[in-house]
Amino acid sequence: MKKVMVGNHAVSWGVKLARAEVISAYPITPQTQIVEELSEMVAGGDLPARFIKVESEHSAMAACIGASATGARTFTATSSQGLALMHELLHWAAGGRLPVVMADVNRALAPGWNIWTDQNDSLAQRDTGWIQLYCENNQEVLDTTILAFRLAEVVDLPVMLVLDAFYLSHTSEPVDVPDAALVDDFLPPREARHRLDTADPRSYGALVKPDAYMEMRLQQQQAMTAAGEAHERFVQDWSARTGRAWPALEAYRADDAELVLVTSGTITSTAREVVDSWRARGERVGLVKVKMFRPFPTAALRAMLRGKRRVAVLDRNISPGHGGIFAEEIRSALYDVPLDDRPALWGFILGLGGRDVTPETIDEIVVRTREAEGAPEREDIWVGVKV
Amino acid sequence: MSQIMIRDRIPANELLHPGHLACPGCGGAIAMKMVLNTLGPKTIIVMPACCWTVIAGPWPQSSLGVPVYHTAFETGGAVASGIRAALDVQGDTETTVMAWAGDGGTFDIGLQALSGAAERNEDILYVCYDNEAYMNTGIQRSSATPWGAWTTTTPTIQPQGTIKKDIMAIMAAHRVPYAATACVSYPADLVEKVKRAHAIRGTRFLHILSPCPPGWKYADEQTVELGRAAVRSRIFPLLEVENGARWRFTVDHPGGDVGAYVRAQGRFRHLDEGAIAHIQEDVDARWEVLKKRVVHGT
Repeated sequence: MKKVMVGNHAVSWGVKLARAEVISAYPITPQTQIVEELSEMVAGGDLPARFIKVESEHSAMAACIGASATGARTFTATSSQGLALMHELLHWAAGGRLPVVMADVNRALAPGWNIWTDQNDSLAQRDTGWIQLYCENNQEVLDTTILAFRLAEVVDLPVMLVLDAFYLSHTSEPVDVPDAALVDDFLPPREARHRLDTADPRSYGALVKPDAYMEMRLQQQQAMTAAGEAHERFVQDWSARTGRAWPALEAYRADDAELVLVTSGTITSTAREVVDSWRARGERVGLVKVKMFRPFPTAALRAMLRGKRRVAVLDRNISPGHGGIFAEEIRSALYDVPLDDRPALWGFILGLGGRDVTPETIDEIVVRTREAEGAPEREDIWVGVKV
Repeated sequence: MSQIMIRDRIPANELLHPGHLACPGCGGAIAMKMVLNTLGPKTIIVMPACCWTVIAGPWPQSSLGVPVYHTAFETGGAVASGIRAALDVQGDTETTVMAWAGDGGTFDIGLQALSGAAERNEDILYVCYDNEAYMNTGIQRSSATPWGAWTTTTPTIQPQGTIKKDIMAIMAAHRVPYAATACVSYPADLVEKVKRAHAIRGTRFLHILSPCPPGWKYADEQTVELGRAAVRSRIFPLLEVENGARWRFTVDHPGGDVGAYVRAQGRFRHLDEGAIAHIQEDVDARWEVLKKRVVHGT
């Protein structure tokens, strides 16, 4: 069934189809429509879940942790300051191996107050142990929401699906809403391997001394590795059922490309247009879209970029004092590629705080990367900045 | 001889097991034993950071015979809400979800989550065992520390200069169905309140005074006596509040000199007679306010 819906409601529909059992959330722009729609679904009986309307994002994540530890399929959504407030408990959910699913609508952090998109909120949570999946369009948002629950529950790790503020959250697109039976078959009810149960009393999260803590973290790391493999399986499974695949990495016209743009989120769609325009002129320009940021698809990315001459990474984020975060990750991934096959990499900072990223912006990046002489600059290049 | 007598009195449903890590004379351990054994095994404990984080035992051990979820300092009310919601979805309305927090996790860092849970009238039992400072981190002041007390962050040259936060008035203002104070020195009163709380649905709050030998600086064997002195002198009245409206004293509080209670503790040793008189005045003034609440039911 095709419906026209904003990205926020695509999340809500995904959560409904996934039959989430406990939802806990706090309002923040631009996420709020997600939980407004879920409130309607729960109040109207369309979604037989408990919705805990908490007094902060911190408590939203805390309530999700409690519910998930008791075996319930659990969801929340947030943005920006709300995600930052949750930070401590993101570690708790991941370290506790709880398959909570959260939608983060990418929004810039204050000050100054800014409700528009950039990726610093989610990328600041890089090391909390959450799987992170970035989406390009509303169909991908809905499909990823459903897949996120299956992935989370198979590897016992929380999943954050990420969508751009306004460009997706408040933009209407036609979305194919899969049948409930299809989703039920793809995503069976959660069967928690561990849960709070008075018939089998156990203690969770107790003091762990140095003689055991490292093993816990190693298991977490191993689960992250398993998550990459499981994600690939579930992408194929979903594709077989729906004809739609949203892989961890997608190469677009990149096979014979000499210059490859690397993007994430909605900038990808704009970049596809730019790639097409250069291709129309006979130029070998391609694109790699990064959907999965954690676990980072290092091996697949190496294989895709190996042998390319020039790579331009587009970062709608900044790690102050270092650079664009995707660019840093990709530089690191390419370090093991032998020098002869290793592309030169230019990092570009753009679109912060919702600054528009147009085809012209990306065109400029292609030109600068093509025409650059010598080794790339040590510092990432800011584009679209008023001088 | 005395060990045999204690063992004979341990109920068959003992849910606090030997080997826990409480200090000798710990009021918090006595409180847990009484509360948990009264609630029984169909209980899930949410344990934000507090002394009990340690007392319960490090992985892979647990001194408690019920499921325990250890969680972050400020999350008792919220994690308990989530567990309750999941149990409800699973059709389990019988199991009691008990948040077990210290005064720091209740009066200070956990107050927001507690207020949220109470405002939503979550079907949980929230117990604050109050030892009147951050004892687990080494005796730092909290907003439950009484005026005049020494702690490691309120040295004797500048002791606690603020009054203890009135947490019962705060909880009553949420109009929760049941809130009560209790003290480990009054086991019959405490157990009766746990039973009453157990029989009620909605947010129930128990504030248990739990004397602390290393934090209050007194000999291990004086815990029960000190608790009695706190109640009898009206420093810590025992009462219960239904729906935020009906206040009721549950034991006699003869009143009189607070000096005996204060002088018995090293944390007040630096106070002169004038300071002790000030504590007496404050206790008397608060008693007048409380009496009005009880009479008028507000």
